[in-house]
Amino acid sequence: MSNPIHNFLEKNIKPSFVKGGKLEKYYPAFDALETFLFVPGHTAEKGGSHIRDGIDMKRTMIMVVIALVPALLFGMWNTGHQYYLALGEMASFMDKFIYGAIKVLPIVVVSYAAGLGVEFVFAIIKKHQVNEGFLVSGMLIPLCLPVEIPLWMVAAATIFAVIIGKEVFGGTGMNILNVALTARAFLFFAYPTWMSGDKVWIGEGTNEAVAYADGSTGATLLAQATEKSSGFVDAAGAQYGDSFMAAFLGLIPGSIGETSTLAILIGAAILLITGIGSWKIMLSGVIGAYVMGLLFNAWGANEFMNVPAHYHLVMGGFAFGIVFMATDPVTASQTPTGKYIYGFLIGMLGIMIRVFNPAYPEGIMLAILFMNVMAPLIDHYVIQANIKRRKKRTVAIAA
Amino acid sequence: MSKVLKIKRGADIKLVGEAEKILVDAPIPDTIAVKPSDFGGTRAKVIVKPGDEVQAGDVLFFDKDHEEVKFTSPVSGEIAEVKRGEKRKLLEVIVIADKEIKYKDFKAAEPSSLNREQIIEKMCASGVWPFIKQRPYDVIANPKDNPKAIFISAFDSAPLAPDNDFILHSQEAIFQKGIDALAKLTEGKVHLTVHGTAKADETFLQAKNVELHHLSGPHPAGNVGVQIHHFNPIGKGDTVWTLKPQDVVTIGRLFETGKFDASRIIALCGSEVKDPKYYRTILGTSTKGLFDAFTKDGNNRYISGNVLTGTKIEKEGYLSFYDYQLTVIPEGGEPEMFGWIKPNPDKFSLSRALVSWLQPNKKYELTANMNGEERPFVVTEEYEKVFPFDIYPVQLIKSILVDDIEMMEELGIYEVAPEDFALCETICTSKIPSQTIVRDGLAMLRKEMS
Repeated sequence: MSNPIHNFLEKNIKPSFVKGGKLEKYYPAFDALETFLFVPGHTAEKGGSHIRDGIDMKRTMIMVVIALVPALLFGMWNTGHQYYLALGEMASFMDKFIYGAIKVLPIVVVSYAAGLGVEFVFAIIKKHQVNEGFLVSGMLIPLCLPVEIPLWMVAAATIFAVIIGKEVFGGTGMNILNVALTARAFLFFAYPTWMSGDKVWIGEGTNEAVAYADGSTGATLLAQATEKSSGFVDAAGAQYGDSFMAAFLGLIPGSIGETSTLAILIGAAILLITGIGSWKIMLSGVIGAYVMGLLFNAWGANEFMNVPAHYHLVMGGFAFGIVFMATDPVTASQTPTGKYIYGFLIGMLGIMIRVFNPAYPEGIMLAILFMNVMAPLIDHYVIQANIKRRKKRTVAIAA
Repeated sequence: MSKVLKIKRGADIKLVGEAEKILVDAPIPDTIAVKPSDFGGTRAKVIVKPGDEVQAGDVLFFDKDHEEVKFTSPVSGEIAEVKRGEKRKLLEVIVIADKEIKYKDFKAAEPSSLNREQIIEKMCASGVWPFIKQRPYDVIANPKDNPKAIFISAFDSAPLAPDNDFILHSQEAIFQKGIDALAKLTEGKVHLTVHGTAKADETFLQAKNVELHHLSGPHPAGNVGVQIHHFNPIGKGDTVWTLKPQDVVTIGRLFETGKFDASRIIALCGSEVKDPKYYRTILGTSTKGLFDAFTKDGNNRYISGNVLTGTKIEKEGYLSFYDYQLTVIPEGGEPEMFGWIKPNPDKFSLSRALVSWLQPNKKYELTANMNGEERPFVVTEEYEKVFPFDIYPVQLIKSILVDDIEMMEELGIYEVAPEDFALCETICTSKIPSQTIVRDGLAMLRKEMS
């Protein structure tokens, strides 16, 4: 039984795109849309395995996108929540959510449009298929940006990240740096005030409100932590009753998707249950960060070092980074042993950068990018150890 | 009893259509074929032409690189056709089979009374030599080599695989005779591995002149490569020979009777087979009779061998040289709307991104659908789950893809055969044809090293 829509595509649309057709050049674009609608019916080769696992790259990537949805939805609501909080007005759940959606969705749309546009162009130029990798990057980029980011910056960063971060290396699967983090790092260094200033985390129109309140109003907890290790204040300038719980739930200013550790944990659960995200990286990352936090607590040379170790796990982009960015299989260590080392060092370095260098309070981004570069080196040594072990073993038997 | 070694990594894919333990005679085939394509790494030179009369054991072709290795006819009859494909590539030598097989006499002899050279000569001349394969390279053993060991896996752990304990029941004497002949070929030992938890047949447990191992765990525990890796690993420069239990019996019969008696018992299985069971038939048999009588109608995929490593054949095809089962599954081939998000409880998956992990005991009726398109490697630590070697599979494949010979050697290519990657290929998210890559890598390496 064949599907009428599929028949229509094959009979009426496809001929223009195949060799000799009018739109021959654009075949990759047609192919991307057709395979999005229909998983092709092709069957296994003559030799080789005749039965194949039900999983494919599309499903894998979509699972990650699904895992990001809780953080996205919470991010929308929190955008509205922070806005009305700073204004000092009461608002209903829906008001907050709708305000947030109006602010956030355009960023998501621009990210996808810019990124997929580049992907399609490259697919057409290089005559290969459009890869699914950007489905995830396109969602990660908006979620790690502040809500007040101008849309043109989103587009510029996305285009930069996809071209320089990925396509020049050969596309999905070949890149060295995480694409979404490349976009964020681009903005961070090109437009620093937009990425870590105090005024970017809360929806516009709030500057007036901010002006009334305490100077640190609207700053993220990380920015506040450079001056104090407790008594963090919210967007309205009031102290949090329980700032750890506020950060865990995500009722704090911050990048769109990074504030709620709870929403991120729901995503982490999806990644871990499906087996798509590496528990090794997540676990060792959390341990690394916590150990580093404890070390700083013991040292205690400044206020930031006195921030309790468990606060580091819920503040800033740590949870988001370790769950969604560090686990990117292409840029992470690929060997099982390497993953423990890779995750642990991301955790340690992330907190270290955070605390040592107040100019870069978002240390986790730099830590992941740095470890992206180091991952092949870690794998190299893990594999060399395997080679040595295996050589010894055959020598032992021969002797 | 020796210690049971357990492996953890691997997967048993449960399929509908397991052969019931009933043995019947298959219809006598009109034709049989010997397919040079079954013997990777050999260059066949045919010495018969259509119309020639042959007896069972008469030479059909030989290997140009090792002229002493002969490929002989499993039946007596008349050569029907020497089938060639593109570029005159030799495909099949087809023999019209007599109803009553006439055998060429190679003289019965006790292996103990012969020396190594005499045994090799007899095995080469009669056509049983190609049953012995070697690691590295997964090709027919070179009679001039001195292997450090010979490995026989007494059990096959692949999906729907035939049960050797059933097939070889009460064949102790003839199996032992084959073992005795093989034992003379190596200065090391003949290693026989039985399943660690299921009770093996006495044929295996009573075998003398062997070192018996017990191995348990999911597929590919039955792969001889896994067993070599764990019991007597191959280093650079080592050679190990391997063969299958039924072929040991064929070799035993050669020494017992002096005949190349190529009869073998196969399992006819798969979801599209009516009453799957065991059939007594012959090497190279035409599959037409069996498939016509015992498979369901529909768009089927006919496989000589198992679903992981077998070869797709025509309905009017022939049983391959190294296969002991014929599997029939639905071909599939329908595009699937939004197939990448459907829960798909009827598809097998090792990942938990489909709902099938919630039904661990379900037996599947799988089609030959690819369920997705080929992509570069993205997901990691996937192959490792089904690859019970101390080898990094993805890194090895990548070294093959870039023709890095030194890296291939260091990463352990000499220990593996394409079949060891069959599960990796099956579960790969990126649908990478890893068996083909490994096969090509081994061929390339063999060429470089010769």
